Amino acid sequence: MDTIVTDRTNDRATARPAGVPATATIRTAEQPSGKRTHDRPAFRSKLGSAFAMFRNGKSIAGLSILGFFVLVAIFADVLAPYSPTAVDHTARFQPPSAEHWLGTTHIGEDVLSQVIHGTRGVIVVGFLAAIIATLIAIVVGVMSGYLRGWRSESLSALTNVFLVIPALPLIIIVASMFEDPPLAVVAGVLGLIGWAWGARVLRAQTMSLRNRDFIQAARANGEPLRRIITVEMLPNLMALIAASFVGTVTAAILALTTLSYIGVIPVTTYNWGTILNWAGAQGAFRQNQWWWYLPPGLCIAAIGVALSLINFGIDEYVNPRLRSAGERARAMKKKGMNVNDTVTVVRPTATPSNPNEETP
Amino acid sequence: MNDTLLSIRDFSVVYDVDPAVQAVRNVTLELRRGEILGLAGESGCGKTTLAYGVQRLLKAPAVITNGSVVFHDASGDDIDVNALDADEMRRFRWDKISMVFQGAMNSLNPVATIGSQLEDVFEVHRPGLTRSERREAVVELLEIVKVGAQRYRSFPHELSGGMRQRVMIAMALALRPQLMVMDEPTTALDVLVQREILKQISALRHEFGFSVIFITHDLPLLLEISDRIAIMRNGEIVELDTAERIWTDPQDDYTKTLLSSFPRLTGEKGMVLR
Amino acid sequence: MTAVQPQSHTQETETRADLPSGSETDAVEAGTTATRATRGRSRIPWRFLGGRAVFYLFTLWAAITINFFLPRMMKGDAVTQYLSRNRNVSPEAADALRSLLGLDTDKSLWQQYVDYWALLLRGDLGVSLLHGLRPVTEVIGQSLPWTIGLVGFATIVSFAIGTIGGAIVGWRRGSRLDALIPITTFLSTIPYFWLGLLAIALFSVNLGWFPIGKAYGVGMSPEFSPEFIGQVVHHGTLPAATIIIASLGGWMLGMRNMMLTVLDEDYVMVAEAKGMPRKRVLWGYAARNAVLPQIQSFALSIGFIVGGTIVMEMVFSYPGVGKLLLDATNAKDYALMQGVFLVITLSVLLANLLADVAYAFLDPRTRQTEA
Repeated sequence: MDTIVTDRTNDRATARPAGVPATATIRTAEQPSGKRTHDRPAFRSKLGSAFAMFRNGKSIAGLSILGFFVLVAIFADVLAPYSPTAVDHTARFQPPSAEHWLGTTHIGEDVLSQVIHGTRGVIVVGFLAAIIATLIAIVVGVMSGYLRGWRSESLSALTNVFLVIPALPLIIIVASMFEDPPLAVVAGVLGLIGWAWGARVLRAQTMSLRNRDFIQAARANGEPLRRIITVEMLPNLMALIAASFVGTVTAAILALTTLSYIGVIPVTTYNWGTILNWAGAQGAFRQNQWWWYLPPGLCIAAIGVALSLINFGIDEYVNPRLRSAGERARAMKKKGMNVNDTVTVVRPTATPSNPNEETP
Repeated sequence: MNDTLLSIRDFSVVYDVDPAVQAVRNVTLELRRGEILGLAGESGCGKTTLAYGVQRLLKAPAVITNGSVVFHDASGDDIDVNALDADEMRRFRWDKISMVFQGAMNSLNPVATIGSQLEDVFEVHRPGLTRSERREAVVELLEIVKVGAQRYRSFPHELSGGMRQRVMIAMALALRPQLMVMDEPTTALDVLVQREILKQISALRHEFGFSVIFITHDLPLLLEISDRIAIMRNGEIVELDTAERIWTDPQDDYTKTLLSSFPRLTGEKGMVLR
Repeated sequence: MTAVQPQSHTQETETRADLPSGSETDAVEAGTTATRATRGRSRIPWRFLGGRAVFYLFTLWAAITINFFLPRMMKGDAVTQYLSRNRNVSPEAADALRSLLGLDTDKSLWQQYVDYWALLLRGDLGVSLLHGLRPVTEVIGQSLPWTIGLVGFATIVSFAIGTIGGAIVGWRRGSRLDALIPITTFLSTIPYFWLGLLAIALFSVNLGWFPIGKAYGVGMSPEFSPEFIGQVVHHGTLPAATIIIASLGGWMLGMRNMMLTVLDEDYVMVAEAKGMPRKRVLWGYAARNAVLPQIQSFALSIGFIVGGTIVMEMVFSYPGVGKLLLDATNAKDYALMQGVFLVITLSVLLANLLADVAYAFLDPRTRQTEA
């Protein structure tokens, strides 16, 4: 939700090297997409280049951290030294030690095992909710962007209603109606309420894509709607869909842990939020039992950071201005130039400066 | 008063990227007072870089690596443009040399009124003026370019393309500069409006006596309105002569190629027979 | 908010009607967009605001309808049990409750719906069984000012700092300030409530600088004395600071990204060519334009902000509507839950409308009187 994907992405066709005035490049009326040619490359290669967004450093870092948590979730049973419910009355409220790396709870359960097992709930709900929400967002967003007239307007109104209605209170009320919801139901509720943001962004982008030449050509060719949407439009929307998906995972995880902490989602499930709930209820915060309340929160933050990194990576891919802005500026600083200077630097040399040379 | 307004000697500009790009190579040029100089050439030839460079308007990684630019002010001073610091440059800008940019569509601040954007030039450069004097000056400018004083409180999005371009011209004229650099001022407009704008520029030049550097790829246009024309290619001036002689007796092969590449109204393609 | 796209598709080329060649026509007389605009143009964007108001009314209707259907989708036994446990309810109140909670199945659905609306328009949201049968409206009315005070204050401060900070970071590309972005973003990925709990653990329990919870000291009653206000400020510092720090990152990132985009725009280069001093270009030309999408996203995120505050109130035991909602949920006081939801929704819509008004005044393009 922190990433604001603006419609300016279409400007990247006119991207020009820094400092070069506009007339140095030919301005044409047509704005071809930066990496595509006018003939239609195979769907596969389109998809391949669409996933190039994951190849920059930030995305990779984020994906690694996320991958780590996913692995922990899958192999929780093997990794956890104890069962999370194994009670040991002799070792209560213990700080970290050799046997219990993260200490114990008020009835001697091993905190580390609880955190490890808690990963599963978080990952499952997070991804499931995001999948549901993104699917709805794609359907509603792309349809309302592509269609015209009252169909488009009504879908858009529906999206906006869900966008404006405050989500958390609604989720609280809906969740409180269930006695002991299984994870899938929780994920479903989160997904059904959280699709609106992605739908709105996709609608805007679809609307601008609809007017592009290659879509007009496809329609003139008589391509069926189904094919136009899946083969022509979706690859172009991949970056936005990915960003929306990642954002929704973050939101779902935060919502889940928050709701668990509050106690709206029953505390029989294991996730980091419920651990914090127990910790709070047992006064861990007041008694400085940091080993109990720090790890779950740090894990939430870590996943949040990982997802943000991925989103940053996608952002920079989509809007190249963001990517090079900081790096370019720093690279130029090394050469003695400040990108923010409004006056051209005068540096008399006999030949163009060697980029490897340090300027005095 | 010196007849020469701007002396450019051995001027070179490099874009310090990997690999470095030499955009302007050792250009020497003297611009006379009150003259219209056309800068023509294909895209990427360096004409824009040259025109921006002499005002030091280029941003990093552009670097001026050689040469001198001397501005012979009407008051008699000779100003070495390359030696000015940031603050002096800021004061020099718009006062001595001003610009009309290509594509006025986005050149005006969308959230400020036309009037306020014209006024802030006076606020910054002529701090001695009172508020009503500033307003009067702006109204006068709007009348000169025939946009009309009623437009004072209008916003840019309420104006059409031609009107916006005329506002830009008014803005460039505000401080009665001695040189106006015009970067493809009419390219984005249709031909009828082009004509009007060009007539306006000519009329203003006659009235106020400033020089013009007119950048465009449209050589026939330059042939009509310029006094002299400089043809640029790969960062160098390949030919510099009066418009008349470029038309009747082009020396350089590249010039000849350029001339022949414009479609003729009648007859076959190729050099026109005279 | 799809109606709020700034008009960027203005005519690329001049229309013929503007300038018949050869004559010196006053452009105002020709048939351009601007012509109609200058005659009797109003500076208040009625059309735009009217459209937004219609949308919010529609959303309010949708929210109320959702609220109507929610309890009716639940298993009815829970609610009936709940009502039967509390015998002290007066007959009128019981009627109202039955209508609000979907128990009046003896009537047709349409009739239920109409009665429900009648109740709402009378301002009757039922009675709160958790709070001694006092009217729900009264109970909410007591808590609402606290929430608005806390949220309002924290959000505005966070937005202001984030936006101004983002403008400066975006303006100074490549400087050390760039490091602020990952730091503040990291802070925003930390869940609100955990940050709050940590703050309590650190500042209240360990350092003892701030009280652990509540809005004012035990035993005090609300009044306008300096002492009371002092207590309010003291108690409110930690929750407000937590909200501000947690939400700063989003604003800063958004504004910085917008600045980077705006700085490449032509009008910024023109401003610099005009010899405008740097501060003027930064604030008058760049930031002034970059802030517009910020305001749009502010309006959209009000819903999230409210969510965060609810949790905050629980962590700090702050007596606002969030805590009210949570207590009601735990006690299964359905009438109060619904009432709070409606009030929260109404407030969010109002806040959205205010943000739209602010946007309309800041962006002159919304005042285009032509279709």
